[in-house]
Amino acid sequence: MSNIVLQVEDLHTSFFTRAGEVKAVDGVSFFVREGETFGIVGESGCGKSVTGLSILRLLPEPSGQVTKGKIILEGKNLLELSKKTMRAYRGKMISMILQDPMTSLNPVYTIGDQISESVRLHQDLPENMVEGEVISALRLLRIPDPEVRTREYPFQLSGGMRQRVVGAIAMSCRPRLLIADEPTTALDATIQAQYLALFEDIQVKTNVAIIFITHDFGVISRICDRVGVMYAGKILETAPTRDIFKAPKHPYTAALISSVPQLDKKDEKLFSIEGQPPSLLHLPPGCRFQPRCTVAMDICKEQEPPEVKLDENHSVSCWRVK
Amino acid sequence: MADVLLEVRNIVKHYPVTRGLLQRTVGWVRAVDGVSFTVEDGKTLSLVGESGAGKTTIAKQILLLEKLTSGNIIFQGKDIYKYSAAELKRDYRPKVQTVQQNPWSSMNPRMRVRDVVGEPIFVNAKLAKKEVYENVGKLLNQVGIDPEGMNRYPHEFSGGQRQRIAVARAMALHPELLILDEPVSALDVSIRAQIMNLLKDLQTEFNLSYIVIAHNLATVRYMSHSVAIMYLGQLVEYGESEALFNNPLHPYTKALISASQLTLPEDAKDSSKQIILSGEMPSPLNPPAGCRFHTRCTEVMDICSKEIPEMKTIGTQQVKCHHYT
Repeated sequence: MSNIVLQVEDLHTSFFTRAGEVKAVDGVSFFVREGETFGIVGESGCGKSVTGLSILRLLPEPSGQVTKGKIILEGKNLLELSKKTMRAYRGKMISMILQDPMTSLNPVYTIGDQISESVRLHQDLPENMVEGEVISALRLLRIPDPEVRTREYPFQLSGGMRQRVVGAIAMSCRPRLLIADEPTTALDATIQAQYLALFEDIQVKTNVAIIFITHDFGVISRICDRVGVMYAGKILETAPTRDIFKAPKHPYTAALISSVPQLDKKDEKLFSIEGQPPSLLHLPPGCRFQPRCTVAMDICKEQEPPEVKLDENHSVSCWRVK
Repeated sequence: MADVLLEVRNIVKHYPVTRGLLQRTVGWVRAVDGVSFTVEDGKTLSLVGESGAGKTTIAKQILLLEKLTSGNIIFQGKDIYKYSAAELKRDYRPKVQTVQQNPWSSMNPRMRVRDVVGEPIFVNAKLAKKEVYENVGKLLNQVGIDPEGMNRYPHEFSGGQRQRIAVARAMALHPELLILDEPVSALDVSIRAQIMNLLKDLQTEFNLSYIVIAHNLATVRYMSHSVAIMYLGQLVEYGESEALFNNPLHPYTKALISASQLTLPEDAKDSSKQIILSGEMPSPLNPPAGCRFHTRCTEVMDICSKEIPEMKTIGTQQVKCHHYT
């Protein structure tokens, strides 16, 4: 088994608002191994992006704060690092790709400028080698004509190419961990397929650990090794991708999977989960999925279910699973 | 066979590209370039394609928000450009309504839900306020919203509920055709199924016809009776939904289906099961010669870059590809 790169233990992140404490992440634990892709899937507002931002310590302080837990990257707890050390980690050890490439790129700098910024910042290279490094980052993301592209501006590229440039910036310092937050959501179907194939290729070449945040089960099925299903601030089930699809144990996972229309199945009526996710300000008592759960029992309304480990890779928080 | 409600015949939309002080036309964006299809009574046609394929332009043309460059749109047997202004207002516009993708931008945040949903009725029917609001209550009930909610504002509702309200507004004038432009793609996974089921139920209850614009093929298969696959302003494949999904003919359709399938990682290693296209869709300003798809096609032949393929009928499908001539 390969080394564990990142271990998140019992992470709690809250936003302190005038209406009260919003527990966006409420006790999340998971790990990612070297060369592995861990998917975090969930509906909007379930805390998947906040989990990513907490790892990078990029929460909008002071309203957003990690209140409890550990984030251990290769033996070091990121929450104990000084601000200065943390800055050196971002981009070098951990990098991030966001959903919309047009907002993550600066429109008035060339592609080359934007990639070389992180190269200069994190790698002690003589100036004449910086360009070579930039071009090799563009090559890694299979961007055609890298020498020409370095002198172009973001508006001159298509959406798919822009997202590759964002990927090139993220990979330019060969990080150990890459957090990808919905990187393919803004892309067209065929371009998305290209991008995902590219990710696998990069992972084989660099052995980077990837956290892939998405709401799209199609994407999950394609590139994740293991998946955590998040709901209202908590991971309800963690399992290898195959088990998530073929043998989901948590009623929420099962319901979510069967509510996604699939190409090779034609049902007359889609299964739909009634109701909506709860407000994070007023979580229901007991299990947080209980008000929408079709198999809820009395105990579900009273006590929060503990996490049950079925085996090394599969754990579930549900009173029905023993 | 059901009756044809709407027929689109060889429609074209070219936008001029102008340059300089005198705004001289230097080229044309061929957004829609000769598209034909029919929508039957009580059935759903889906338009599928990547962004820039021309799907939304077609929707705008049918809704009379864009003029045709050429071609005909025939509604209930009559060309809509032959309707007089009064006839359009009475016989066409109320019967063809739309639901937009984003329920956050398709409603005026300063209007109460009763006025959002009631506005089409106020404009088109001479009814007293009280009667209109009674209708609004019924409409909201149909789409699964508590009629009590009509006095609230749109921001007080969640995304799924807002999309229901948008559907209620589209239903207000008892339309025959709804144009649904990406009706579920802005919604969460667990909410999507609710809205898709609602749309199907309404279709059965009121014998509605739908034109669904979508990029997610699984959604399309679930919703539609027939499917038209678009690429660069043209249809590349068109046919009955089941046949098209079970036996896709055009290489582009095959690639799209491959991209939308759930593929578990261990299957993904088997590259024969996955088709990954190279490159991107060319600019509609300057489409490639011959077959428009030949620059990205995985089954390209010599003839593809030279001659434009014609639409061929094979069984219940039509396909525009040299492999079938």
